[in-house]
Amino acid sequence: MNLYVIYPEITVSILALLLTVFDLLLPSRETRRSLGYTALLVLSVLAASLFWQYHITASPYFYQNMFYYDNYAIFFKQLFLLAVILTILFSLRYTESIKYKSEFYSMLLFALAGMMILASANDFLTMFIGLELMTISFYALTGFSMNDKKSSEAAIKYLIIGSLSTAVMLYGISLIYGTAHSFSFSAINGNPDIFSLLSIAGMMMIISAMFFKMSVIPFHMWSPDTYEGAPTPVTALLAMGSKAAAISVFMRILFAAFWPAADYFLPILSVFAAVCMIGGNIAAMRQKNIKRMLAYSSIAQAGYMLVGICAASLQGIKGVLFYAFLYILANAGAFAVLTVVEFYKKGTNYDDFAGLSQSSPLLAMVMAVSLLSMAGIPPTAGFAGKLYLFMAAVEHGYLWLAFVGFIMSMLSVYYYLKVVRVMYSDILDPVNINISSSLRTAILISMTATVLFGIWPQYLSVLTNLAAVTFLK
Amino acid sequence: MIIGITHFLIISAALFCIGLYGILIKRNLFSILMCIELMLNAVNINLAAFNYFLPMPDLSGQVMILFSVAVAAAEVAVGLALIFRVYRDFRTVNIDKLNSMKG
Repeated sequence: MNLYVIYPEITVSILALLLTVFDLLLPSRETRRSLGYTALLVLSVLAASLFWQYHITASPYFYQNMFYYDNYAIFFKQLFLLAVILTILFSLRYTESIKYKSEFYSMLLFALAGMMILASANDFLTMFIGLELMTISFYALTGFSMNDKKSSEAAIKYLIIGSLSTAVMLYGISLIYGTAHSFSFSAINGNPDIFSLLSIAGMMMIISAMFFKMSVIPFHMWSPDTYEGAPTPVTALLAMGSKAAAISVFMRILFAAFWPAADYFLPILSVFAAVCMIGGNIAAMRQKNIKRMLAYSSIAQAGYMLVGICAASLQGIKGVLFYAFLYILANAGAFAVLTVVEFYKKGTNYDDFAGLSQSSPLLAMVMAVSLLSMAGIPPTAGFAGKLYLFMAAVEHGYLWLAFVGFIMSMLSVYYYLKVVRVMYSDILDPVNINISSSLRTAILISMTATVLFGIWPQYLSVLTNLAAVTFLK
Repeated sequence: MIIGITHFLIISAALFCIGLYGILIKRNLFSILMCIELMLNAVNINLAAFNYFLPMPDLSGQVMILFSVAVAAAEVAVGLALIFRVYRDFRTVNIDKLNSMKG
C-alpha cells in the first residue's frame, strides 16, 4: 500500500470533515468566514505542492491498476483545485447569507475530492466512485438556496437526469465486464472480444452517459435549467469543474479503454462536436438571462473541446488541456461578476447589467475580458486555445469541423458583445457597488491570467505538453 | 430446464427496460425515484450473474455491487430530501407542474 499517491484526495476529504466539526466548535455569533479562509489556505498549499509531482519518468499504476498517477492526472487535479479556490473566493459573501455555511464548504470539497479521483481513475470502479461522489455533492449543492423555488426545481431535475445517466452507465459497465472479465481499462483495451455485440452495446451506453455528464447537445436538456436555478457560485463550479472532470475521464476512457474502437467512434464524435457548437451558440443567442446564456455557451465550449478529442493526436490533447484551463479562468471571471450583480440587482437579465461600467468599472472590464476570451478574440487566451484546437483538427483531416468551429466562434461574438454593449452604453440607475477584497482577488487572478496566457501561451503550453505526452505515451 | 446466464440477463434487461419506461411515463416524483432504483438493481443482477457464471479471475463484480448499492442508497437519500423541498415549495410532487424555467 502506498498512501502517498492519494495525498491530495485524503487532504481534501479530511478538510471537508474537519470544517463541519470546526463549525460546531465555533460560537454561534462568530462569522463563518474563518472556515472559508482555512479551506483556501489548505487548497492553495495543496495546489502548489502538486507542481513538484510532475515527473518525466514512466508513471506508475497503484492499487492493482485502479489508480493512475500520471502528469495528466496531476494537471487536472491542479485545474480542479484552482476552480474550487476561485469559487470559494467569490462565494464568501454568498455563504454569509445562507443557513448551512460549513456544510456548503464541505460539499464543495467533497465534490472536489470526487473530481480528483476521476482524474486518476484507471478502472471503472474508481471512475464510478469518483463520478458519484462528485455528482451527489452537486445534487445537494444545487438545492442549497433554501428560500428560492427555482433552486429546488433545478436540483430535482438534475437528480432525475443525473441518476438516469448513472444507471445507463452502470448497465454499460456491467456489459463490458461480461465480455472483458475485468473493470480495468488496460484489460478492456486488450480484450479480444471488444467488437462483440455485448461489448459494443456497453460502450455505447457508457459513452452516451458521459455525454449526459458533459451536456453534449442531444443529451443537454438538464443543463440550462440546472444552471439557471442553482445558486450562482454552484453554477460556476458546475460549469468549470464538473464539465472539466467529465472531459478528463471521457478522454481517459476513450484513449485508455476503448482505443481499438476509437477509429470507428471518432468520426461520430466529430458530428456530435459540430452539433454541439452550432446548437449551443444558436440557442445562446436567444437567451435573455445571462446565467442561461452562459449555460448554453458552456455547451458550445464543450463542443470546441470535443474537436480536440476528435483529432486524437498530441496536438489535440494538448489543445483540450490548454482550452480547459483558460475556460476555467474565463468562467471564473464571468461568474464572479454575475454573483455581485445578482447580489445587488436581484436578477441576472441583460438589463441588470446596464451601466455596470459606471457603477463599477473593474467588474465591467473583467466581464468583458472573460467574455472576449470565451469568444476567442486575439489578445486573450481564448484565441490561443482555439488556435491549438482547430490546428490539431485540420492536421488530422477534419477541415470541415475546424471550419464549422471557426464560423460558430464568429457568430458567438454577437451575443458576448451584446453583454459588453449593455454594460458600456446603456445607463440606468447606477447603484453603488462595493466589492469585497476576496472577490477582487478572484477576478484579478482570472483577468490577469487570461490576458497573460493570451500574450505568452508558451508558459502554459509547457505544462500541457508535459501532461499530454505522458497521456499518449 | 437448467437456469443459465441467459435467464439472468433477460430478467435484468427486462427490469432495466421497465425502469426506463417508468421514468418516461410516470409523473409522480416518488414513482420516478422507484424506477431509477429498478434500473440500478437490474445492473446488480447483471454483475452478479456475470461474476457467478463466467470464469472470472476475482470477485470484482461482487465488489462493484456493494459500491453500487451504497451509491444508490446515497442517491435516494438526497432524492427524498429534495422531493420534500419540492413539495414544500410547490405543494405538489407532479413533475409536470415544475416548469418555472423555460427557454
